[in-house]
Amino acid sequence: MSIEVRNLSKQFGDFAALRDITLEVKSGELLALLGPSGSGKTTLLRVIAGLEAADAGQVLFQGEDATGQHVRDRHVGFVFQHYALFRNMTIFENVAFGLRVRPRNFRPAGAEISRRVNELLKLVQLDWLADRYPHQLSGGQRQRIALARALAVEPQVLLLDEPFGALDARVRKELRSWLRRLHDDMHITSVFVTHDQEEALEVADRIVVMNEGRIEQIGTPDEVYERPASPFVYEFLGKVNLFHGRLHRGRAWIGGIEVDAPEHTEAEELAAVAYVRPHDIHVDKVANALNGKGAIAAHVSHILSVGPVVRLGLTRDDGEDKELIEVEISKERFRELQLTRGNQVFIKPSRLDLFPAQIH
Amino acid sequence: MYTFKQHSVLPGFNLALGFTLLYLSLIVLIPLSAAFVRTTALTWPEFWNAVTTPRVVASYRLTFGASFAAALVNAVFGLLVAWVLVRYRFPGKKMVDALVDLPFALPTAVAGIALTALYAGNGWIGQYFEPLGIKIAFTPIGVFVALTFIGLPFVVRTVQPVLEDIESELEEAAATLGANRLQTFLRVIFPTLLPALMTGFALAFARAIGEYGSVIFIAGNMPMVSEITPLLIITKLEQYDYAGATALAVVMLVISFVMLLIINLLQWWSRRRSVLA
Repeated sequence: MSIEVRNLSKQFGDFAALRDITLEVKSGELLALLGPSGSGKTTLLRVIAGLEAADAGQVLFQGEDATGQHVRDRHVGFVFQHYALFRNMTIFENVAFGLRVRPRNFRPAGAEISRRVNELLKLVQLDWLADRYPHQLSGGQRQRIALARALAVEPQVLLLDEPFGALDARVRKELRSWLRRLHDDMHITSVFVTHDQEEALEVADRIVVMNEGRIEQIGTPDEVYERPASPFVYEFLGKVNLFHGRLHRGRAWIGGIEVDAPEHTEAEELAAVAYVRPHDIHVDKVANALNGKGAIAAHVSHILSVGPVVRLGLTRDDGEDKELIEVEISKERFRELQLTRGNQVFIKPSRLDLFPAQIH
Repeated sequence: MYTFKQHSVLPGFNLALGFTLLYLSLIVLIPLSAAFVRTTALTWPEFWNAVTTPRVVASYRLTFGASFAAALVNAVFGLLVAWVLVRYRFPGKKMVDALVDLPFALPTAVAGIALTALYAGNGWIGQYFEPLGIKIAFTPIGVFVALTFIGLPFVVRTVQPVLEDIESELEEAAATLGANRLQTFLRVIFPTLLPALMTGFALAFARAIGEYGSVIFIAGNMPMVSEITPLLIITKLEQYDYAGATALAVVMLVISFVMLLIINLLQWWSRRRSVLA
């Protein structure tokens, strides 16, 4: 079932949690709402679920207006960050809850309930825990039970609020690939909230990046990572280096390098910021080995050579931009260059995005 | 090797347990056993006669019956008061919260006199019941009213913190699963509150059984009708019938202890089913 959100706004006192949000979730897709805390992502999810009422705007399920509908009638599965399992019930009863509270004529018979619950417990691979109580389970197990409980009512839409936020790193990794596989099997329209960019990039079909109650960018993981629409998205998703320079009529000068800036032809003597990913920087020991005009001279301040990728911290020799420049090169390239700390190197971005400095 | 002592980073297990036992002995056990010892002045038939006269049996019925009813009423309405105090914001909430404790602090005799004045046939409240043929003061109903008054804080104060701890997420989860308000309350919230509610009930019940001051004013103390057991004990003491008084005390003690034990077992059973994570 598709979800459509039109011009949603929500205010908590003086704080604007959502400002005019419009968004479409396609049927069967797994969408991530990504943003820092206070960006409005959880509020948006809760408004879609009906747990929170928006001040303005509409929520549509499959094209039908659900804005005034009670959470009970929306048939959404909701998974909470802290599981919210019923601690007075066994795991079995927790999963069965949604079926047992149905009105008498829609309630499945006892045997049918058992069958469905056991099926779901098998699906989350925890059928051996049916008789335990929630406090006897680990965090990861509890969250899987919470998911089984949400799925028991056969929801049209699955909404997950930071589902792995309370778990430790290893379990989190395990569960998110499990969630992805589960989604591939079931194809239920799902929206999950996260502040972990790695999680969003790895699991989601599409990512909605939010900041201060607004949507910064919507796109596939590739799109938002490779072509961030704003400096915020650049800085929020992955590591990035900033180079200050200036723009003038379709040309940009950044620390001695001159590059084309075709999208900024109308710019007149503008201060600009170039965003460059650590793996989009060429490094060499001699300046003229880098083709094209100019290069930035720097010194190697530190080297982290564990793993297949070597991370270098470089200090610019010209004294501009005091922050360390982070560069990632392959181990092979690292051996070729035979770099040690204190070496002089020359660098040149192989790909950069320019933004006028004012909007930053 | 089996040992009582569990290894712990906190020192002083031996000392603390020793002190606990000594303290309980001095404050609780020794005075209570004195009551038992006192009754040995009576032979078994004498003891049995003293504690089973019709007047005494009627007083048991009133004491335990009215206490039980009062505790039950407090369990229901105490829960309601706790709910309102936890869930809603309203002007004067702090005042209402403080009012709950008043029956704790008020001298029981003051409560007794005040209640009697209110519920007597010509009192503020009693005058409306009088034409209906309902007498409250100087009847068992009056006893029940007084016991309800003094038991209220126990339920409210035990339920309140537990209710505060229930995350709103539990209710939201129940709602997303299709439960209505009543189902959410009965299946999710109430079972979580039950152990605390039972503790509050037990405390209110125990307090009511031992209550003396507030009851004697409003009860009228008519033999066979509105006489509570503690009053009978006092009466016997005033007649220098120490052995008879302690015999009654022993019976009350045993019944109270058994009842509290049962409530504790029930509570243990319901708590076992809903241990906090």
